[in-house]
Amino acid sequence: MKMPSFEPLRPIIGVIALVLLWYWVVWMRLVDPVLLPPPVDTFKAMWTGMTGGKLGLDFVRTVERTVYATAIAAVIAIPLGIVLGSAEKMYRSLEFVIDFFRSTPASALFPLFLVLFGVGNKTKISVAAFGAALVILFNVAYGVMNARKTRLLAAKVMGASRLRILFDVMLRESLPQTFVGLRNGVSLALVIVVVAEMFIGSTDGLGNRVFEAQQMFEMPDMYAAIFAAGALGYGLNLLFLTMERRFVHWSGK
Amino acid sequence: MTVRGLSKRFGGAVIYQDFDLDIPRGELISVFGPNGCGKSTLINMIAGLIPMDAGRVLFDGQTIDEITFGYVFQNYREAMFPWMRAFDNIEYPLKLRRVPRAERRARVERLVEHLGVKIDLNRYPYQLSGGQQQLISIMRALVVEPEILFLDEPFSALDYEMTLFMREQLQRIFAETRTTTVLVSHDLEEAVYLADRILLLSRGPARVADFPVYAAPRPRTDETLSEASFVRMKAHCLEIFQREVRRT
Repeated sequence: MKMPSFEPLRPIIGVIALVLLWYWVVWMRLVDPVLLPPPVDTFKAMWTGMTGGKLGLDFVRTVERTVYATAIAAVIAIPLGIVLGSAEKMYRSLEFVIDFFRSTPASALFPLFLVLFGVGNKTKISVAAFGAALVILFNVAYGVMNARKTRLLAAKVMGASRLRILFDVMLRESLPQTFVGLRNGVSLALVIVVVAEMFIGSTDGLGNRVFEAQQMFEMPDMYAAIFAAGALGYGLNLLFLTMERRFVHWSGK
Repeated sequence: MTVRGLSKRFGGAVIYQDFDLDIPRGELISVFGPNGCGKSTLINMIAGLIPMDAGRVLFDGQTIDEITFGYVFQNYREAMFPWMRAFDNIEYPLKLRRVPRAERRARVERLVEHLGVKIDLNRYPYQLSGGQQQLISIMRALVVEPEILFLDEPFSALDYEMTLFMREQLQRIFAETRTTTVLVSHDLEEAVYLADRILLLSRGPARVADFPVYAAPRPRTDETLSEASFVRMKAHCLEIFQREVRRT
């Protein structure tokens, strides 16, 4: 008799192990129970928070900001990346500037954007979009530049015009790298949005929720908000991975 | 096809200097020579993939831009478009020529039938074997009904079994279409077996070391390989090859 396959459940083991370890730490009183509530309290806080509580609203606010920021970044950076990637000399001239700001911690730019956009939503979204755009731009441009030479030659030899080569070959060739950029971009946007929500005059969002819960010493709420942020990051990554598999089926093959 | 006064240098090295060549219509020409003598460079220049420093290539008086030609790359994996199904890959050059959709379909289907190809063309290239992929890329080159077909070591990335199979396919295609074909090969047996003439190149600057005719009847089979005329021709080519390799 064949045993039912266990493999799909394998990732669960780590989760169960972590929860058990958590219980054990609480049970042994290795950490002050005020600082580390038992898992059950945390999950309860998460459940009530997400179903009609404030946590759910904060979650939605953070999703909105991250999605806006990523969308703005993508709309600006993808066409620009294609243009720069197909004009390699132009990219080489701008490479240092792009790399420099890509390497600059976006959080260091908060004060500047605060001056430009005030303390509202605009600042959070625009800093996150700025960070994400550079990551996406860099990846798209490299995707276009690294299009396989043979493939470009093949199109040329069949009589494709430069414009056809750009649309039929370079764009497709750059898609896998574009998705790498989008995934990194959305992760970075989430990080920036959450940090922004903690410190620059926020009244909502997951960052604000974590920060407030910590200030009020509502530890289960704080952990619940952290897990919600984690789930959001994981979910966004998964969403882009699924899209990538759907649209770039040839990637890595 | 006539090549006159072709010259090419890479850096300081002279690859071709006043090179002349005539290729008759409707024949399959194999190009063979020592490593680095510029076999691929020759067909790349003739096909306009890389510029020549001097010289002229004409096909019945027309330039490469005025004629229809096909080109098959050694690296089929990178020459195919993996985002298109095999069928769409084959019809792509017709699309570039703004051939209407229905006619494109018809022409691909005619070609498939003509060649007796039994591949599921709804698959993506990466779902096919190496030989099948190379066959698709040969079909992509043939679908425009080229006046001349260039193949740059088309089978060198395939295993031996697949290479033998593909030789037969190419022989069949040539018999069916009688398209003037220039095949660059690094395998002497293959070069002689498939050719009407073997273009033997010398070390750089490349000259025509010899251009013998091999007139064995087609279709050629495994028995051809052990016939006296084949063995003689192969030995002759090998001798010239060895002489050119040793020449310093």
